[in-house]
Amino acid sequence: MIGDFVIQHAPALLIAVPMLAAFATPLVGRLGGAARNAWVLAAMAATSVIGVMLAYDVYTTGTLIYTFGAAAPDAAVPMDSGGIPVRIIFTVDAMSAFMVIITAISGFAVLLYSMASESRASGRDGFYALYLLLIVGILGMVCTGDLFNFFVFLEIASLAGAALVAFRIDKGVAVEAGLKYAVISTIGGLFILFAIALLYGQYDALNIAVIASRMQFTVLDEIALVLLLSALAMKAGAVPMHFWTPDAYSMAPSSITALLVVASQASLYGVFRVVFTLYSVTLDYAVIGWIVIVLGVLSMFVGVTMALVQKDVKRLMAYHAVSQTGYMLLGLGVGLAVLGQPAALESFGLVAMEGGIFHIINHAMYKGLLFLTAGAIIYRTGARSLDKLGGLGHSMKWTMVFFIIGALAIAGVPPFNGFASKLLIYESVFLFNPILSIIAMVVSILTLASFVKVFHAIFMGPRQPEYAEVEEAPVPMLIGMGVLAAVVIAFGFAPQLVVDAIVAPAAAALANQGSYIAAVLGGV
Amino acid sequence: MRMSKVVRTAADILFPFVLIFGFYIVVHGHLTPGGGFQGGAVIATAIVLLIAAYGYDAIARRITKDALRNTEALGLIAFIATALVALALGAGFFYNWLAGTGLLFGMPVGFGPNPGDLNTGGTIPLMNLAVGIEVLGALSLIVLYMLSGTQEAA
Repeated sequence: MIGDFVIQHAPALLIAVPMLAAFATPLVGRLGGAARNAWVLAAMAATSVIGVMLAYDVYTTGTLIYTFGAAAPDAAVPMDSGGIPVRIIFTVDAMSAFMVIITAISGFAVLLYSMASESRASGRDGFYALYLLLIVGILGMVCTGDLFNFFVFLEIASLAGAALVAFRIDKGVAVEAGLKYAVISTIGGLFILFAIALLYGQYDALNIAVIASRMQFTVLDEIALVLLLSALAMKAGAVPMHFWTPDAYSMAPSSITALLVVASQASLYGVFRVVFTLYSVTLDYAVIGWIVIVLGVLSMFVGVTMALVQKDVKRLMAYHAVSQTGYMLLGLGVGLAVLGQPAALESFGLVAMEGGIFHIINHAMYKGLLFLTAGAIIYRTGARSLDKLGGLGHSMKWTMVFFIIGALAIAGVPPFNGFASKLLIYESVFLFNPILSIIAMVVSILTLASFVKVFHAIFMGPRQPEYAEVEEAPVPMLIGMGVLAAVVIAFGFAPQLVVDAIVAPAAAALANQGSYIAAVLGGV
Repeated sequence: MRMSKVVRTAADILFPFVLIFGFYIVVHGHLTPGGGFQGGAVIATAIVLLIAAYGYDAIARRITKDALRNTEALGLIAFIATALVALALGAGFFYNWLAGTGLLFGMPVGFGPNPGDLNTGGTIPLMNLAVGIEVLGALSLIVLYMLSGTQEAA
């Protein structure tokens, strides 16, 4: 009974539950810290459960639509509207469901971790309210089927994210990083708003499916495409628009950094939604595909080479995040480049897309895990420079184990999940263009080298006198890291299961524009 | 810092009118330009007016940040609760469950050009009210925080 109700209204509840909880957090906070923590955890747990139920429903019964403000949520096109879906519609296809799963897992694990990691901070009512709003923003971005609504949720995520980056004022350094993030996000948001206006002016619609079905690819559409792609690639942290990531990622509290990674992935989702669903058939696949590929290769290479020279552990990881984003762009770019050739798509295009999409969830898990371990180290030692840290393997054993798991996963070493998705990318991209595949492998080797260095600097060596008092991280932080580590290992041992269950449907949903349009407009 | 008696008297006289004007903009949000945000901002300016006339300390003692924070949260919760009621009634999220029922704000909208009836719009005026409460709390809070920073210099 209640299960049916939740399933029927899952897309709305996915937004409503965390939003209501966020608004009530300042009031619940009056009852004390323990009550607030329980409230926030319960809200996030409910959101995650709803998210997973929604995803399961989408994977078993196909694309789900939810019309806000309608008497019946599944009625996308009102009787008297002349065949135009005038209302805001959430269109949750397999790709959206996939992103919802990522947010559900990361959001819960990171929240658990933050219960301990932020226990010494003041103003935690605001922190958790903003945390839940960031979750709302991410979930809204990946679920919505309405361009303007996408912009609104992007802004919610950006504002909450900027405030959270600045949460630890840190003598103004964190505030500067937060301001930078806010400015970059606003510029990106304005680009997107302008692009939406260009599309709305031509097609009298804001619904992605309607615009996609009417797309003419005029000069104005080309301008809109450039604006959308550049703004979303900037928000996703792709080179050459990556400059904000090291500041924002390194200055934010570590729990928030792990969530910002997911927020960046949501922007990446926006890139794919725009090229595969909004424009799709009107594009010159080879040209746009190669643009995405070049963005990806640049990100991979510049990211990892910048990471090699970093001394600050979180800055280093931030550059690696840029580098890993490149793999996703590469995989999806190859898929896009051959989207118009059924034979090539069948033989390697879809596999490349699956690799790229699989890498999104893998990256969110192991990169989140790595940022959380870095946060645990900073929490216990107060130091973040590789030159100062050392010998922590004696005292922080579990943190070290989790770091090893994350580091091996990001470097693509079997049997962890990074290897599984990278292998898909290597194999399929090799068939498309061997040089790209070789670059991807070289970047992986550099990543491994970089993390061996970090591992050695932080954990190896004799016990340092100034860290003699250092203890293992608190239990909630370990549980948070443990959840992500478990996912990393599970996905690494049974990659084929995961690919078949959630990744392949997502890739197929992206590649098939017609089914997305039909889900909203019916027919076809 | 208190201003002269002239300023204080003028503020006293203007204060209720500013409040009423703000409230007018909020409740007529579904008929005329304006709405919850604009009306709430106008009401917040009434508080700014009081601060200008009577000084930060006198007003901050009467209107506490905690009270404003509660107002803000209350407005937000009222907004989303209005949308959630639709779910309880078995319709979609944000469904306008009051429109056309004959209850509060529930009269059917007249056909053709007409001067506009306040008693229409269903949940839209309710949501305008909720947003008005939220914006009043949040903007006043921002003003108080900005001024509390400058206190030492004054």
